[in-house]
Parts: sequence; C-alpha cells; structure tokens
Amino acid sequence: MSFDLSSDYFHLFGIPVSFSVDTGALMQRYRELQQVVHPDRFATSSEQERRLSLQYATHINEGLRVLKDPLERARYLLQLKGVQWDDEQTTLSDPEFLMQQMELRESLSEVREQSDPVEAVADIITNVDAIIQENTRLLEGLLQSEDLDNLDKAKLQVRKMQFLQKMKSEAESLEAKLEDEL
Amino acid sequence: MAYSEKVIDHYENPRNVGSYDKADTTVGTGMVGAPACGDVMKLQIKVNEQGVIEDAKFKTYGCGSAIASSSLLTEWVKGKTLDEAREIKNTEIAEELELPPVKVHCSVLAEDAIKAAIEDYQNKKPG
Repeated sequence: MSFDLSSDYFHLFGIPVSFSVDTGALMQRYRELQQVVHPDRFATSSEQERRLSLQYATHINEGLRVLKDPLERARYLLQLKGVQWDDEQTTLSDPEFLMQQMELRESLSEVREQSDPVEAVADIITNVDAIIQENTRLLEGLLQSEDLDNLDKAKLQVRKMQFLQKMKSEAESLEAKLEDEL
Repeated sequence: MAYSEKVIDHYENPRNVGSYDKADTTVGTGMVGAPACGDVMKLQIKVNEQGVIEDAKFKTYGCGSAIASSSLLTEWVKGKTLDEAREIKNTEIAEELELPPVKVHCSVLAEDAIKAAIEDYQNKKPG
C-alpha cells in the first residue's frame, strides 16, 4: 500500500480537477480507497504500517470533506491555482452585497416578532438558498476560466459564499430552536 | 472563549447603536464584512463643517468582539478630526479590549470600517 500524500485531492480520488464534481463517482472512489486503508486490514501489521494506514485514512477523509462541499471545493481549487487565503486579514467591502447581508441579518433578528416565526425563518432560508444558488452559478463560470482576472473575481465570489453559508447555518439553527419550542 | 471585562461591558451596553440617513452629505458610511466569520459591520460618522466628527453610530452583526470593537471605535472617533480618526490602528483597539489573537481580526474590521466611512464622506463632498 502506498499513497502519494502530496498529490492533490482530485488526483487522489481520480476525478477531473474541476469545480463540477460527479458526487456518485466521488463516493464510490471514496469507499474503494477506504477499503484499501481500513485499519482492520492492518490489525496484524507492524506499528509503522498501522500508523501509515491511519495517516492515509485521515488524508482520504479530509479529501472527501473538501471535495464534497462546494465552498470548500472552490477554495481548494483556487488554492491549487495559486490563490492564497489570508482569512484573518481580509475584509470584504462590497457595499451592495453587505447591505443585502445586513438586511438578511436584520430580518433574521426580527423573526420572533412575526406572527408565524417558523414560516418567517423558512422564508429567509428559501431566500438565502436562492442567493447561494445564484452565486454558485457565477462561481462555476468564473472557475472554468483560466483568465487571471477571473481568478480574483472567483476569490471574491468565494468570500461572498462564506457569508451566505454562515447566514444559512444561523437561520437553520434558529429554525431548529423555534421548532423545538412549538 | 473568555472575553475580557471590557468586551463584555461593550457587548452588554453597546454605545452609539443606530443609523443615520446615508444619503445625508454630512454623513459618511462604512460597510465592511469579515469572510472568516461572516460578521457584518456598518459604521457611520456625522461630520461638521470644521471636519470634526460630531457623532458616530454603528450596527454590527457578529460576535462579542466585533460588537465591542465597533462600539469602542464610535466612542473614540467623537471629537476627532477626520485625519486623527484615520490614524486609529486596529492594534490600539485590540489592546484596549484585550482581544485574544483569534479575535484580532474583529479590530481589523473596525479599523477598515472607519476608513471606509471617512472615504465615503470625502467622496460625497462636492469639489
């Protein structure tokens, strides 16, 4: 058993280096890989081999996590193309987009005052989902291009997606909380 | 995560929360966001004819440190000239609030917000 831990996740899974991923093929390849490195197969092996198999298994799991999630996949793809993510130091200053984010946050904070809070939060999630879909389409187009100018745009697009995902997960946890209270 | 007492104070009693009409030519609006945590910050300054910041307001959706950073900043900029306000560094905010390293980006956000607000005000001014 030998894996090249330095190869990228796309090659590890034997799929094209692209934003659009065939999830079925990805999962099938994942199961195959996991079988090869499964710790049970190394129960009687040397300690070094067991350690290696664990390392490979972790690498494969991390690869799946990244490739399965559109946002993580986009970040990873851009990283392969040389984009650097200085998350802590980056500020987004697109007023129109931020205004939209602020309005969404505002409506989320006012959900409890609505006559039907569960429906109100569901509406927000639907709205955010639509914005996420629209942004994913934009991102897909930008990632297909080799134009360096478009790479910068793709980077910005990923930043926006980060906001939207965060917004969505907050809306979803509020929804779960409201449903619990019913 | 343990917040410092100063962060908790600003978080529980945020100063200067609110909004101005952003079309007002005496108002500068700075909108910034931190992709790392999804925080959104709006900081507005009201500037008098002498170029001094008379008042400031903010609205922040985010963690305690982001709210505290913007709240503190609105207090600091009042009475300052635009040039003085532009000189405020995120490190001063982080130091005052005793922000842990993982929360320093919240103070970066506040510094970027005041700079954006000053720029917005200056872009609005005729001539």
